[in-house]
Amino acid sequence: MEIERHEYDVVVIGAGGAGLRAAIEARQQGKRTAIVCKSLFGKAHTVMAEGGAAAAMGNVNSDDNWMVHFRDTMRGGKFLNNWRMAELHAKEAADRVWELEAWGALFDRTKDGKISQRNFGGHEYPRLAHVGDRTGLELIRTLQQRVVALQQEDYETHGDYEAYIKVFQECTVTRLLKDASSVHGPAGAISGAFGYWRETGNFILFDAPAVVLATGGIGKSYVVTSNSWEYTGDGHALALLAGANLINMEFIQFHPTGMVWPPSVRGILVTESVRGDGGVLRNSEGKRFMFDYIPDVFKDKYATTEEEGDRWYTDQANNRRPPELLPRDEVARAINAEVKAGRGSPQGGVFLDVSTRLPAEEIKRRLPSMHHQFKELADVDITAEPMQVGPTCHYIMGGVEVDADTGAAAVPGLFAAGEVSGGMHGSNRLGGNSLSDLLVFGRRAGLGAAEYVNALPARPAVAQESVDAAKAEALAPLERSGENPYEVHHELQRTMNDLVGIIRKAEEVSEALEVVEKLKERVELVGAAGSRIYNPGWHLALDLRNMLLVSECVARAALLRQESRGGHTRDDFPGMNPEWRRKLLVCATPDGAAVTVEEKVQPPMRKDLFDLFDLGELKKYLTEEELGNAE
Amino acid sequence: MSYKAKFKVWRGEGGEGKLEDFTVEVNEGEVVLDIIHRLQATQAPDLAVRWNCKAGKCGSCSMEINGKPRLGCMTRMSTFEEDETITVTPMRTFPVIKDLVTDVSFNYQKAREIPSFTPPADVRPGEYRMKQVDVERSQEFRKCIECFMCNNVCHVIRDHEENKPAFAGPRFLMRIAELDMHPYDVAERKDSAQEQHGLGYCNITKCCTEVCPEHIKITDNALIPMKERVVDRKYDPLVWLGNKIFRRKS
Amino acid sequence: MTQTTPESPVRRQRAQIKVRTLRTDNWWLAPLLTFLGLSSFLVYGVWAIFDGSYYYAPSEYIAPFSSPCLATSCPEGARFLGLAPFGDWYTLPPGLLILGLPGGFRLTCYYYRKSYYRSFWLSPPACAVQEPHGKYSGETRFPLIIQNIHRYFFYAAIAIGLILAYDAVLALIHTPTGLGTWILILNAVLINLYTLSCHSCRHITAGRLNHFSRHPVRYKAWTFVSKLNAKHQPLAWASMFSVMGADFYVRLVAKGIVNFPFA
Repeated sequence: MEIERHEYDVVVIGAGGAGLRAAIEARQQGKRTAIVCKSLFGKAHTVMAEGGAAAAMGNVNSDDNWMVHFRDTMRGGKFLNNWRMAELHAKEAADRVWELEAWGALFDRTKDGKISQRNFGGHEYPRLAHVGDRTGLELIRTLQQRVVALQQEDYETHGDYEAYIKVFQECTVTRLLKDASSVHGPAGAISGAFGYWRETGNFILFDAPAVVLATGGIGKSYVVTSNSWEYTGDGHALALLAGANLINMEFIQFHPTGMVWPPSVRGILVTESVRGDGGVLRNSEGKRFMFDYIPDVFKDKYATTEEEGDRWYTDQANNRRPPELLPRDEVARAINAEVKAGRGSPQGGVFLDVSTRLPAEEIKRRLPSMHHQFKELADVDITAEPMQVGPTCHYIMGGVEVDADTGAAAVPGLFAAGEVSGGMHGSNRLGGNSLSDLLVFGRRAGLGAAEYVNALPARPAVAQESVDAAKAEALAPLERSGENPYEVHHELQRTMNDLVGIIRKAEEVSEALEVVEKLKERVELVGAAGSRIYNPGWHLALDLRNMLLVSECVARAALLRQESRGGHTRDDFPGMNPEWRRKLLVCATPDGAAVTVEEKVQPPMRKDLFDLFDLGELKKYLTEEELGNAE
Repeated sequence: MSYKAKFKVWRGEGGEGKLEDFTVEVNEGEVVLDIIHRLQATQAPDLAVRWNCKAGKCGSCSMEINGKPRLGCMTRMSTFEEDETITVTPMRTFPVIKDLVTDVSFNYQKAREIPSFTPPADVRPGEYRMKQVDVERSQEFRKCIECFMCNNVCHVIRDHEENKPAFAGPRFLMRIAELDMHPYDVAERKDSAQEQHGLGYCNITKCCTEVCPEHIKITDNALIPMKERVVDRKYDPLVWLGNKIFRRKS
Repeated sequence: MTQTTPESPVRRQRAQIKVRTLRTDNWWLAPLLTFLGLSSFLVYGVWAIFDGSYYYAPSEYIAPFSSPCLATSCPEGARFLGLAPFGDWYTLPPGLLILGLPGGFRLTCYYYRKSYYRSFWLSPPACAVQEPHGKYSGETRFPLIIQNIHRYFFYAAIAIGLILAYDAVLALIHTPTGLGTWILILNAVLINLYTLSCHSCRHITAGRLNHFSRHPVRYKAWTFVSKLNAKHQPLAWASMFSVMGADFYVRLVAKGIVNFPFA
């Protein structure tokens, strides 16, 4: 059968916040842009983001500025962050949020008519631009509508809505294609992408010199996750297979508050705003246990008594914040410890209570979708009773290693932004930094891709052999009548959840790696019954390759990093180690099947950024040598 | 706590298909989408269903359950009797691709026909000043998760395919209302709502509001106010005269 | 995204489901009850217009269906402010003169439209139940495009509502202890609440504005009307039954059928 073929300047894979922002930028730079996404346009996982977009606009507290935001981000990531990304992010987030407003976003307002900002874990000042607790929806809808606005412009000038920007929805990319020669530009440069329509099962080929990955995360490798089915680590795997590197893959954020009941919605997120707006965590004894879990590095930043914590909500200048608002990794570990100690709730979580803290009306106004979610899914009225919550796999800090300024990966023509890229958040992401990350680096990747295309002497060519190989690979599961892919998937999820979860041990991670090896063999044999038309079993069989590759990266890196930091907690190495802070673990797959991991030393922070911190604080994180060099 | 439930699921490709019977396990706390997934995993691996967030936030799993448009992920099994046969069909108003998956491109097409947010040329990003009370109405409409169940249930197009070209459907008439009420939008939307997007087809029978999973008061807060705004412009001689005399722009 | 998916020949067809609806609940009940309720109102209205005993002088009760009484045939005390503007040529029942105003208000009311489009015209009878008509053009053309004059009926309904309130006050002055007085008061309250809860009223107070913050008084009014508006449907039914009840009661008193001491 003839393969449908399209020619574009930039192909963006993923239509969440980062993908859409990248596509908008590429189109604004005059590039013909395709957006390819697995779901319908506007359904991407970004809609699930609730709290807000962190940007130091200083609308609520005028003391806020990019430097404070930068410091908070670095602290949250335990100084493992790519400092240049953290700097760009802190500096540009405000502009990106304001830009959304000019595209039609309607954020909640302050009294004087500016964008309102709310408190969030790890942020020193109220910083999150938000719309109730559905900020992600607002963000994606605004970007979606901006894409439509650009299409309308193109319709005016060219008579075709899709002259410059087109969405290929319900379409999955399975391989990135490269130019083998160096005739048309840098050797091994990206020349296109190969995929299939979910709807018909027909193949599609993009001829494009630049590809922006914006595929989000990997949560579907875990049983308990807040992520949707799309989060199968496609971008991570595509990048690896194309020859790019992944960094920080051992750092996975377990959001402290996911729903624990009913089983079918286990893992679905309960927004951090519940705590930001006054909600408290209690164990089965009714104790606000977070006061027992304040780590030393945060001792002077958090309240030590309930009274002080409660005063903070109304008087932030004179009180320290309650420990419920510690960074997510701390809270998740604390909940995990309480449950293990037998002080959990009946369904295996802890209690998150806002009902005794705010009047019912206020709860409904501030947390409408949480109220709705619990009412509809769990039959719990959060204005009258506490919720039960527990940690859920939420976000991967690791991802494609990219250049901070342009989003460029190691492979020429390959770019990445958003969750699929790595470095920005270090070992742990602060809540609210994700939506702003999408916007800042989505734009930069779109811009980077456009500039890369401008500088190319000629378009790299798609080699027919690689297309044939990709086609054969995609068709394979349909031609077999083997094991049901759902079973392999389920075993992978259980393995990762139990053995490479929130708390890790060397033996368990090694065991997980053995299981992954076996699963790799089983994946070679899974079959998908039925036709090519909208066949979810087939789709899953293809996604399994990606999930396994990524899971292997996570496990291998987790085994190597012998310390606990942010989203990586080793039972056998409980402390943070400054030597490890300097090192990144870089995953690659030279042969396209086995994963290798290498250590790489991070470049030291630029002097002016270094000076933003108090030396006393840096001593907790940096080695003597690093501290000495800076002086 | 688990029991076997009887399901009838519409299966087919293109328009052709039929209701197929299934008996399937149901556990406590599950929703219809869970059961569909169980069918996929155990009995019908190629059963097509669209879904995503599973928390009522993305609007992907719209289907018709016992004849009513519902989100599969937000329809708890406990709302049915154990001996009840549950019938699941795809949305009726849109062409079916396979099983429960429909081609909703109608909606994307309509979205494109509505002129985007048009702020005054001289306001720069960061300079917007809007009071909370002035954005609240439009914010309600922006809660929309685009499940397209309102467009699916609306009899104007559900029962009359031929009206599709002339009628944007509740979702996009609401989008027009959202923009028309936006404090900074300057585009003309009233005449076009009536002339191009078919607001006059709406006979306010409120099914859109009834099925909205976000509980947006589509009819009372968007469609009727928009109809009244159209009346100002087109059918009310007094307002027309007043505008002429005082040279007001509403 | 018309184009985001390729055309293929198997598509472009709706699922072929032959039945009008797959709903399993009693979806026909609500339209049936509405049909019966509205029909009873119509039947009663026709009877009431032609019924002559609409005024009970001793207590100053006037039946709401015949108020304001503006024909020369109206008894002296029943005439609204003593007026009889239509002259002697008009010999039909006085109720007919004003019937069109409250009737038109209800006929073009956004709630009643929903209820009779559903229950009388079956367009649609209930959500996700196929309607029986082959063609549908809604309110885009004559005659239904006339529904757009609703706000003018609203202006008239304000006047009618005030007159009913005035009638109730007159009755209160003359017969403070009469049951009829309190029925008329209750009716006047419900009628006025229904009138104020009107969608057009909501639009006029401030709904047409885009900057509530610049018109704090109108915004307050809008907020109040919006609250009432959310109850437009119950108020429509309550005021419909109250006006029927009050009207019937006054006629019973006027006919002498009801004649206990505090009637």
